[in-house]
Amino acid sequence: MNGERFEITEHQGARELLLAGDWTIHQELETSDQIIQAYQQMAFHKVTGAAVEQWDSALISLLLRLKQLASQQGATLELGAFPEGVMQLVALAGKVPERQGTNKQKAKSSLLSNIGDKAITDYREALNFFFFLGESVKSVLRLFRGKARFRGRDLREILSDTGPEALPIVTLISVLVGIILAFVGAVQLRQFGAEIYVADLVSIAMVREMGCMMTGIIMAGRTGAAFAARIGTMQVNEEIDAFKTLGISPMDFLVLPRILALVIMMPLLSLYADVLGILGGAAISIGAMGLSFTEYWNQTLNAVDMIDISLGLIKAFIFGIVIAITGCMNGIMSGRSASAVGDAATSAVVAGVVFIIVIDGLFAIVTSLLGI
Amino acid sequence: MSSASAYLPIIRADNLTMAYGDFVVQRELTFDINQHDIFIIMGGSGCGKSTLLKHFIGLKEPAAGKVLFRNGGGETHGGNESFIDFWQTAEKQRQKLMQRCGVLYQSGALWSSMTLAENIALPLGEYTDLSEQDIRHLASLKLALVGLNGFEDYYPSEISGGMRKRAGLARALALDPDMLFLDEPSAGLDPISARLLDDLILQLRDNLGCTVVVVTHELASIFTIGNNSVFLDADSKTMLTTGDPKELVNHSEHDTVRRFLTRGEA
Repeated sequence: MNGERFEITEHQGARELLLAGDWTIHQELETSDQIIQAYQQMAFHKVTGAAVEQWDSALISLLLRLKQLASQQGATLELGAFPEGVMQLVALAGKVPERQGTNKQKAKSSLLSNIGDKAITDYREALNFFFFLGESVKSVLRLFRGKARFRGRDLREILSDTGPEALPIVTLISVLVGIILAFVGAVQLRQFGAEIYVADLVSIAMVREMGCMMTGIIMAGRTGAAFAARIGTMQVNEEIDAFKTLGISPMDFLVLPRILALVIMMPLLSLYADVLGILGGAAISIGAMGLSFTEYWNQTLNAVDMIDISLGLIKAFIFGIVIAITGCMNGIMSGRSASAVGDAATSAVVAGVVFIIVIDGLFAIVTSLLGI
Repeated sequence: MSSASAYLPIIRADNLTMAYGDFVVQRELTFDINQHDIFIIMGGSGCGKSTLLKHFIGLKEPAAGKVLFRNGGGETHGGNESFIDFWQTAEKQRQKLMQRCGVLYQSGALWSSMTLAENIALPLGEYTDLSEQDIRHLASLKLALVGLNGFEDYYPSEISGGMRKRAGLARALALDPDMLFLDEPSAGLDPISARLLDDLILQLRDNLGCTVVVVTHELASIFTIGNNSVFLDADSKTMLTTGDPKELVNHSEHDTVRRFLTRGEA
């Protein structure tokens, strides 16, 4: 069938390519490649398109490729008997020569320079983080001196977003964590006939570690991402610039209420998670292991003291700061495109979760060294 | 139209060089913007018009050179002594200067979580001691000035693009600024709305007496409202000329400028 669409004729040493039929982007493009190959084997001097019926940019592209090949070999290629539109489009495409340096083909960089680039970017990001942290501290100090301004309505809205609206998911996760802990403990402790100590295991684990950590991870995913996306979108819309030119600090107006909201809500949510986790553990102990509620409750009260509870609350407080700062920072530093806002939300969550677990690890080491 | 020379310079760019990192956008810009001017920053796409505006409104620091604002009310000489160096002066002074400026951003940049009235009320609440009632009245007035009376309680997402531009202008007018900076005000508007916006800008200049700096490449706007301008060239990376665009179109010694102002026909 290809034979019908093109033909190469030779007449007194001058080779000519005759095109016929349809040449559109809906045809098979291999034919074009065959023509290019044919040209490379035996250059022809003229292309004629008298018999071309339908055409579009597929034909123009083919002709341009042929012309380029010809000029690379120092030859010329004559176009003859093509429709007027084809000739004009070919002329138009060749009108403005390619601007030097516009072709974005990155030079292949070596592994070493890639590592260097990465190190420099990471270093700058770390600097940015500390810069942002400093700005946040300044903003909090302004708050204490009564100079920071933000709208009470914004704070109330963020409080309700980060508090009551997070309750269902926090409930679900912490009850399940309590249940899981109880099962893990029951299997081990039953071997010693010490099922009652499931209460100790569940309550201490929940109050010291799992309550605040699970709440932190939930809030990093839920709220940190929302902060980053919200503020990032404002960056795209130039809304942050509008704050700056009016002399309204985006730190005070956007970041501060978010830090405040999380610092208030995280300890409360974490306490709530502790209680529900303990109840989850109780349900298993009573339902599956035959302990009575009074036994479990007394054992829990004996196991947990104020130090455990304060430790959990302090961690929750710190996690609140961490989530608010990673979320807001990624939003404010976001680039000005849709994909940049997506990246900002992603890195807010990743950074939030990593920081939470690292800080929790540090706490575990320090408290065990101090014997708390 | 009043001649530009009747008024004193209020903003001055002195040997200003703008760069993003190592990439120089424009170098050695020196020109004056006079009081009561409608001053056009023009030039082809990507020549650094909006970047220049950012240097005036405190969003981007110059790589070299100065941005000077005339000290309000001070005695005037031709020299730089009656001017404040925007980027060298203390933060407080800079904030004070910024309060004399109103800015309309390319996208409007209204705060999306606030109604139109709240958008205008926020700077008023921040910098004046007016009661909430008064602020509300003032916000309604500014909206009425741009033809948006009755839209006080709409959110930016509920109105059209042209209305957002006008609401943005109303917010820029919130503090009765001496200087108004408009970044592509008519971009994305239909011809009639663009014309109405031009008329509005002229009226505001004439009646409120502010100086207007406009970034645009819409020829119709340039000739309708502009009485002074600077032309930034993307190829040579510096300014080619300043002056009234209506004169430049015929008498500029630069081919590029004449071609720009006649859509390439001269």
